Amino acid sequence: MTTAKPPVVSIRNLTKIYGNGFKALKGVDLDIREGEILALLGPNGAGKTTMISIVCGLVNPSGGQVMVGGHDVVRDFRETRSMIGLVPQELTTDQFETVINTVTFSRGLHGKSKNPALIEQILKDLSLWEKRDNMLRELSGGMKRRVLIAKALAHEPRILFLDEPTAGVDVTLRRDMWQVVEKLRATGVTIILTTHYIEEAEEIADRVGVINAGELLLIEDKTTLMKKLGAKQLRLELTHPLEVVPPGLEAFDLKLVDDGNALVHDYAADETHGNGHESRIAALMKALSAADVPLGDISTHQSSLEDIFVKLIGERA
Amino acid sequence: MSVQKFNFEAVKSIYFFEMARMRRTLLQSVISPVITTSLYFIVFGTAIGSRIQEVGGVSYGSFITPGLIMLTLLTQCISNGSIGIYFPKFTGTIYELLSAPVAMAEVLIGYVGAAASKGLIIGLIILATASFFVDIHIAHPFMMAVFLVLTAVTFSLFGFIIGIWAKNFEQLNIVPMLVVPPLTFLGGSFYSIDMLPPFWQAVSHFNPVLYLVSGFRWSFYEIADVNPVVSLGMIGLFLVICLSILAWIFRTGYRLRS
Repeated sequence: MTTAKPPVVSIRNLTKIYGNGFKALKGVDLDIREGEILALLGPNGAGKTTMISIVCGLVNPSGGQVMVGGHDVVRDFRETRSMIGLVPQELTTDQFETVINTVTFSRGLHGKSKNPALIEQILKDLSLWEKRDNMLRELSGGMKRRVLIAKALAHEPRILFLDEPTAGVDVTLRRDMWQVVEKLRATGVTIILTTHYIEEAEEIADRVGVINAGELLLIEDKTTLMKKLGAKQLRLELTHPLEVVPPGLEAFDLKLVDDGNALVHDYAADETHGNGHESRIAALMKALSAADVPLGDISTHQSSLEDIFVKLIGERA
Repeated sequence: MSVQKFNFEAVKSIYFFEMARMRRTLLQSVISPVITTSLYFIVFGTAIGSRIQEVGGVSYGSFITPGLIMLTLLTQCISNGSIGIYFPKFTGTIYELLSAPVAMAEVLIGYVGAAASKGLIIGLIILATASFFVDIHIAHPFMMAVFLVLTAVTFSLFGFIIGIWAKNFEQLNIVPMLVVPPLTFLGGSFYSIDMLPPFWQAVSHFNPVLYLVSGFRWSFYEIADVNPVVSLGMIGLFLVICLSILAWIFRTGYRLRS
């Protein structure tokens, strides 16, 4: 029995075949939990944008069903689209409009009555308030990206889709954006973002989904995923080079690298907890000191999501 | 079907957003058609018209006024109606219309309402301008308003269809630039079709603009090339045709949703 809340977005056997016969989605199933930050990773053309576009109403599905907050996205589009905010991948803006007009327009389009105080707050959060009377064509690319985010937030969505929000965005904006994301998450907004930047997913996502060639390859809690697939490496820097692995250490599968200047040991991330008995690392440390190895420094490295991702896509390719 | 309520806020937002665009481009959208039409009045109405005898009992300058208003109204409504929806398609901002909780019918009312309003405003300005140059007498003000509003709405709808169909600026401009002027010039804006040889009179009856100009002129001077009831019926028919095409577009998502 599970007492978990029903998923806020539920995608079942979703398929999309474009007019030219291209199969963009081949039967995707995905449940998005209320209040989570879900990162969807995948190479270009994997089907990420198509999937988001179907949920948001930009593209008609070829088969399957998408439910948002318990409503069908095709039949009950008014209910579902009221709940959703979308920040598109392309910087599409009405060049000759002012910032405040375009953001106010977005709110009206979603059927909400005017709320200047809310619009002001959104613009201030995104450092756009000073630019409110500027025309969009006068803004830099990063500023336009902020405007698109403000537009998506203007109708107070419960679910926010960010399609590659940080493509071509500088560090300041990225930081501002993650602050806004954190603030939204605190108010219970569910956030789905697609990205090529794996460190981004690693930094802010609760769960990570990997899409490739129209299929969802996996979806997992980020920490579980990293633990399950992540390899660790211990590196021992030596004060002077060795010719061979010192006797007494054969059992530990050590390798001499960098002309004998360092020893490395590969192990799985979930080996660190000894499961009741002494962990391998602790045993190795004792053996090292017993063998009188000329130890200079120690470092460990855990494989990043990027390594995991590349490995996963590579296996299927 | 779930309970669907009309998204009035969205219609209002689109309408005023579009009307604001008109204010911003005042020179292009209002002043330019007014100047063009004034030139027609000076050349055809005053300079040449003074040497032309009366047509159907009214002076030539007065005779051409309804046709000139129609010419501008058609051109303006078609281009405003098409640009309104083509521009978001071109810039990509249409994503917002498609992902908002609005039915296409509401999008249509917003855009077409704004395009027709602009057309009407310009039409009335031209009517006012014309009264400086020639004598204007409106025999049936109510019917004049009916013809004006129906034509504005119908051709804004037609423009909207072009805006959805057009894939580039050339296609967008082809109808207002290449189709409307010949139809208007040959539709009896500047002459009564009984001045034409019989063959061309018959051909003229296939020109939809003839019915608009004729009916509209009737509401001014009670002179018409075709029965005003037929004119009204034809405008109604164009309206129904445009609405049917749009109903098909919205049902299939043609050039809007892949």
